[in-house]
Amino acid sequence: MLDRDEDILKAAEDWHKAGRGVALATVVETWGSAPRPAGSSLVINDEGTFLGSVSGGCVEGAVVTEAMDVIESGKPKMLEFGVADETAWNVGLSCGGTIRVFVEKVG
Amino acid sequence: MKLAILHELNAERAARRPVILVTETETGEQRLVKAADFAKDPLRAELEKQLRMGKSANVEAGGKKLFLNVYAPTAKLVIIGAVHISQALAPLARSLGYDVTVVDPRTAFASPERFPDIPLVAEWPDTALPPLNVDAYTAFVAVTHDPKIDDPALLHAFERNCFYIGALGSRKTHAKRGDRLRAQGAKESDIARIHAPIGLAIGAVSPSEIAVSIMAEITAVLRLPPKEKEEAA
Repeated sequence: MLDRDEDILKAAEDWHKAGRGVALATVVETWGSAPRPAGSSLVINDEGTFLGSVSGGCVEGAVVTEAMDVIESGKPKMLEFGVADETAWNVGLSCGGTIRVFVEKVG
Repeated sequence: MKLAILHELNAERAARRPVILVTETETGEQRLVKAADFAKDPLRAELEKQLRMGKSANVEAGGKKLFLNVYAPTAKLVIIGAVHISQALAPLARSLGYDVTVVDPRTAFASPERFPDIPLVAEWPDTALPPLNVDAYTAFVAVTHDPKIDDPALLHAFERNCFYIGALGSRKTHAKRGDRLRAQGAKESDIARIHAPIGLAIGAVSPSEIAVSIMAEITAVLRLPPKEKEEAA
């Protein structure tokens, strides 16, 4: 896939420069009909503002919540969402895919 | 991600140079590998493959689980000639993810009515091309059939090391073009880089079919490993 998310990584740098806590979430693995390919990313700051997407809207809410923890603790996390997982189904990858998302703090 | 890595990643992306970010997913440890440094990297084969495919992927190396995130610049297509083929080629290339620009000094050809939503530059190549930042992630196609327009454009494409250069015209037309370009100082190796007659040989007849054959050839050059590329040509 040709890459077009310059703005997301630029925002990560800009927000950090502006003194915000920042986390970056990246799709690292997909199975089935996941909506966004591996390498897609979402940047989140400590105010809950975010840019980009890891699933086209399905699980962003849950990722943002986890990102807050990561900004706080500084420790990276691996999240998994998919139909096999009851709670993941609740947040809803309605397309029937499974994705793993790596969340890390910037800086 | 360390700030220094993020900063370098953004700088490389802004300069349209491909990089791969290698993350050890257990620990979060990361390093950034520039395409120019692939050859001396222990993950060389994997890095080269993933960049060619433009695809991020997980690999295992030395008992470590690694995620290779590929940051390849958006490919560009520069079309010299706002002709009938270009009217089919421009939207097709765009649907394949290319940033497309059409250049033709003849304003009757380069009109927004003929190319809705496609960036058009109605200038001679000498004026039009320098601001377009033609580079190694650019496919370059000359289809005007007019040497006054195509030739200077092709000379520019040689200089900028485009990953694909194609020109419309039969073998005979192309032989004459070779002579003209040589006379203007082009190297033999430059002329050999031109795909002409342009496009894969699929028996294309209509402008749309020719557009398909051109994009198929560009895709093969972009994606196939060097050996298979030779066989396809």
